[in-house]
Amino acid sequence: MSDTLIEVSNLKKYYTSSKGLFKKLSDPVKAVDGVSFTIKKGEVFGLVGESGSGKSTIGKTILRIQDKTGGEVKYKGQDIFNLSKKELRHLRVQTQLVFQDPFSSLNPRIRVGDAIGEAVVEHGIVSKQEVRAHVLEVMEKCGLSPFHIDRYPHEFSGGQRQRIVIARAMALNPEFIVMDEPVASLDVSIQAQIINLFSDLQRENGLSYLFISHDISVVEHLCTKIAIMYLGNIVELASKEDLFNQPLHPYTKALLSAVPIPDPTAKRERILLKGDIPSPINPPSGCKFRSRCPSATNLCSEKIPEYREVNKDHFVACHYV
Amino acid sequence: METQSLLVKQQNSKTIVKSPSLWKQTYLRLKKNKMAMVSLFFLMFMFLLSFIGPYFSPYILDRTDVANMNQPPSASHWLGTDNYGRDILTRLMMAGQISLTIGIAAMFLSILIGSLLGAISGFYRGIVDLVIMRLADILMSIPGLPLLLMMGAILSEWKVPAEYRLYLIMIMLSFVGWPGLARLVRGQILSLKEQPFMQATEVLGLSDRRKIFHHLIPNTVPILLVVATLNVAGSILSESALSYLGLGVVPPTPSWGNMMDAANNFMDFRKRPWLWIPPGTAIFLTVVSINLLGDGLRDALDPKLRR
Ligand SMILES: Nc1ncnc2c1ncn2[C@@H]1O[C@H](COP(=O)(O)OP(=O)(O)O)[C@@H](O)[C@H]1O
Ligand code: SF4
Ligand SMILES: [Mg+2]
Repeated sequence: MSDTLIEVSNLKKYYTSSKGLFKKLSDPVKAVDGVSFTIKKGEVFGLVGESGSGKSTIGKTILRIQDKTGGEVKYKGQDIFNLSKKELRHLRVQTQLVFQDPFSSLNPRIRVGDAIGEAVVEHGIVSKQEVRAHVLEVMEKCGLSPFHIDRYPHEFSGGQRQRIVIARAMALNPEFIVMDEPVASLDVSIQAQIINLFSDLQRENGLSYLFISHDISVVEHLCTKIAIMYLGNIVELASKEDLFNQPLHPYTKALLSAVPIPDPTAKRERILLKGDIPSPINPPSGCKFRSRCPSATNLCSEKIPEYREVNKDHFVACHYV
Repeated sequence: METQSLLVKQQNSKTIVKSPSLWKQTYLRLKKNKMAMVSLFFLMFMFLLSFIGPYFSPYILDRTDVANMNQPPSASHWLGTDNYGRDILTRLMMAGQISLTIGIAAMFLSILIGSLLGAISGFYRGIVDLVIMRLADILMSIPGLPLLLMMGAILSEWKVPAEYRLYLIMIMLSFVGWPGLARLVRGQILSLKEQPFMQATEVLGLSDRRKIFHHLIPNTVPILLVVATLNVAGSILSESALSYLGLGVVPPTPSWGNMMDAANNFMDFRKRPWLWIPPGTAIFLTVVSINLLGDGLRDALDPKLRR
């Protein structure tokens, strides 16, 4: 289809750490273990899962910030791990990433205006003479005052810094942005402002997002499609409406049961998950979720549940759906 | 376009608040640190004394004066004379030249070798990293002073002439000094590479040149500057220790360390304190000042680093 922007099939990313010269490789961390999804143009795709489930790894791998272990990532039909140097540079302009922590994602020794403008000049999008005007325009769009331009990042609050990071990404006029928990480290009162900024920018510029969050209620207002991750796999993928109205996977149900509902009279049973998320080095056999699943059976420990389309555009990996 | 020009105008009419550059901010913070400033002025004084002072001295450096041996401080010899009748103040100033030069040169050499090898290790990893770091480990596992003593003894055994020993000492000191620096730089680069802002340079598609010169290096320079400062103090101290033991700079070339040799002799120690108190004080105050300046620099460079 022509409106498919990014197509990820069976993506795998294992982290191996060699300890010393003579010791053999330790078991790999299977951070992402066979994940498939597509993001269409103009779509806001939510990726939700507990910390350590491999969300950031997906975000970085599909932009080729790091190598993959297996599978394929296509951006506009092109395999991104098979690009020439020039094509890769072009990809860097079209795609951007906003990190979780606005404090460490800005170089402390570079002024705000230079941080926003340096890549723009390097890619020849605007000339050195025009860059200041361009930077000011982008800053304005992202809700920053023009007189912030010659200051250093440490002079700003978390919310303002995240606006700077967003402005840095927006300055390149990208088509696709990975947002890696962009509001998780901000005050709740600021979170809403920044999320509003995201939806404004998205609407005005026809952007597509991969929006990562460990908190499903954050993606609720923004996303059109949501994927739920557990230990390196997507366990459920559906449109926002389907997922919220008709969650199928036991893990999704548990996550949704924790979201507060606006109607105080409505009752919903809170499903508490037992235990902690297991280590991705040594996950449970069969269904990785079985150690915490309320409806696990023997079959679950023996056979890996197939990731399949249960209803139209609604994918689940569970034996009992 | 209209909004652009409007913005520019608006921004020009308002006075833009430009933060002073980080180096300037550092200087302003350093200026507030009294200890560091006093140290800085003392060090400047020491430099002037050592490098300019001798030109004002009426005495010739190695000229012995049998008539004026072992004179206590007086109007003509402010710090007295030694066993050969040489003026102590003149020798102290010349020794300062030698000791300060050795300290600074050894520091530059260590920094050069250390940061080069450390940077290579951190950038390329793999087998290069392994070899360099094992080498550094081995050198660091041997305490510095015994190693220096050994090398100094070898120099004496080979009867290396005094004027060459100077340069060999600088090389010896940097040989002992580089492993720590290589580790530091490597660690800095490894941790910087993992910093989201370095990953951001990748996302933004910046060239390697820009990554290295605008992002990596400016973030390693501050810590390197502090360590370099402290390294000078360490080198001066090691050189003094070696020279005091007769294994470093050897007479007739003066150094603060070998002037202290007088303290080895019981008579000189008891009866002629003007022989060893001035070089001892010079070493002590210089090293303390450098350390205080280094500490002040560290605080001024990054207030977050303060312990
Ligand atoms: N650079 C790395 N080296 C080794 N392991 C890593 C690395 N990055 C992430 N991991 C591991 O991969 C798993 C997934 O991490 P991550 O993608 O950051 O999860 P999330 O973003 O969902 O919290 C975690 O177990 C984490 O410890
Ligand atoms: S496959 Fe079994 S363990 Fe896994 S989610 Fe379904 S019921 Fe639970
Ligand atoms: Mg993460």
